[in-house]
Amino acid sequence: MSEQVINLTLKVWRQPGPDAEGEFKEYDAPGINTEMSFLEMLDVVNERLIERGEEPIAFDHDCREGICGSCGMIINGQAHGPMRNTATCQLHMRKFADGDTIVIEPFRATAFPVIRDLVVNRSAFDRIIEAGGYITAPTGSAPEANLIPVPKEVADTAFDAAACIGCGACVAACPNGAAQLFTAAKVAHLNLLPQGQPERWTRVQAMVDEMEAHFGSCSNHRECEAVCPKGISIDFIAMMNRDYLKAQFKNRRLASQSG
Amino acid sequence: MAQATKTRPDADPTQQRPLRRGRGLYSSAVGKKYVMAITGIVLMGYVLAHMVGNLKLYQGAEHMNAYGEWLREIGEPAAPREFLLWVMRVALISAALLHLHAAWGLTRLNWAARQKRYAKRSDYIAADFASRTMRWSGIIVLAFVLFHLADLTFGTANPDFEYGLVYQNVVASFERPVVAVFYIVANLALGVHLYHGAWSIFQSLGAANPRFNALRRGFAIAFTLVVVGGNVSFPIAVMTGVVS
Ligand code: HEM
Ligand code: FES
Repeated sequence: MSEQVINLTLKVWRQPGPDAEGEFKEYDAPGINTEMSFLEMLDVVNERLIERGEEPIAFDHDCREGICGSCGMIINGQAHGPMRNTATCQLHMRKFADGDTIVIEPFRATAFPVIRDLVVNRSAFDRIIEAGGYITAPTGSAPEANLIPVPKEVADTAFDAAACIGCGACVAACPNGAAQLFTAAKVAHLNLLPQGQPERWTRVQAMVDEMEAHFGSCSNHRECEAVCPKGISIDFIAMMNRDYLKAQFKNRRLASQSG
Repeated sequence: MAQATKTRPDADPTQQRPLRRGRGLYSSAVGKKYVMAITGIVLMGYVLAHMVGNLKLYQGAEHMNAYGEWLREIGEPAAPREFLLWVMRVALISAALLHLHAAWGLTRLNWAARQKRYAKRSDYIAADFASRTMRWSGIIVLAFVLFHLADLTFGTANPDFEYGLVYQNVVASFERPVVAVFYIVANLALGVHLYHGAWSIFQSLGAANPRFNALRRGFAIAFTLVVVGGNVSFPIAVMTGVVS
């Protein structure tokens, strides 16, 4: 598709601080090149705002290549916008048409309070990782990588789970504000691999319990899977449910195995 | 990973009052979903058996009434009359109460976890009408069940009720159009509930498996059609005079 220039109208959530009242503001965004990414489009709008002496729109971003999970906003009612398996930074303006009005809002969940404009605090994810999203291993010289055999299929599945970039779109899209897909991906990533076995049962228990201190519950709406920029499957949620139940009994009976 | 944006410590949302308090399986939402799914299966078994039993309507009054009598007798003489019937009733009532209690707990949690809505609500991509209305379809079914018991078990809501004459009571009940319509509406609500529920149980029980995931939707649709189709045929049969 050839490069084009389109004119847009943006309706953006503006909120000066965590405790401030927010509101939607409308901005004209003429002359947008369709080869731009969504974030580049916002950069252009921000430069114009700065030139006019107005506050630029605050939004999170870092790698801009779909791997860090920093970016993320609700674009026309959908987390990361209209393109499936795509983070906001990888969404391109060719997905929009001349004359479109685009509504841009921050991710919403009780656990994700707005810091400013489109930036939300996703520290609750860090609490879940701290609860068990790690393995305990001696550091020092690196062990031989192929010392522990892992079946190819298992490695592939663990890798599918590990693709989670922790952007929070799953929570933002979920009608219940649940973090099941994120937590399940992080649990599965380690629980599938031999290196994750010593802490398998304490991990799932601790991470689910921490998750539930902040987020809603899973009603199997599947909305998370649909918006996930990494296409992570809700099968991991079923896997987590199973391990969580087993952990209730395993921890007590096999105390020595629970890490 | 989630970004480390500096916030004032007192504004750290993760330090605020947790949504979940308490320990143990049932205090967890994952545990409550196990309860929902297992009690859901019990209730599914019941609605299926109830529908199949009622097909006796098409065999005439004698068969139907004998079936009603048999339900009271099962287990005799080893157990007293109506003993096994009461065992089933207690199991069903417990399942329904647990299902309701878990639904209430989860609903409160979910409302607290997502207080703000989006200004621009485009269509959901995957969440369907059935999954988003579980609590409302459930409440319609509950309201119907209460009326249904008053109508055909206790007879208080049925002026022509006569104990033991199951067939005649059903016909008398469905000859009132309001009752027949309520019955049909409630069954459609049950169908919507089952369309999501019968698919969802596998996920909640951790029994999802890529090998048969594709069959789950088919199972849910087939189960729903059988139960709702059978049930809805009864008032239609009475109103059209096929059964009288
Ligand atoms: C008493 C009235 C009822 C209410 C208020 C109710 C409510 C609910 C709610 C809110 C859910 C979804 C929970 C969630 O995912 O967050 C649910 C799931 C379910 N319900 Fe009901 N329900 C009722 C009656 C029934 C009946 C009569 C049946 C069966 C015939 C049934 C079968 C199911 C099943 C199979 C599920 C799926 C469980 C799962 O997601 O794993 N429910 N119900
Ligand atoms: S900015 Fe890193 S994923 Fe979008």
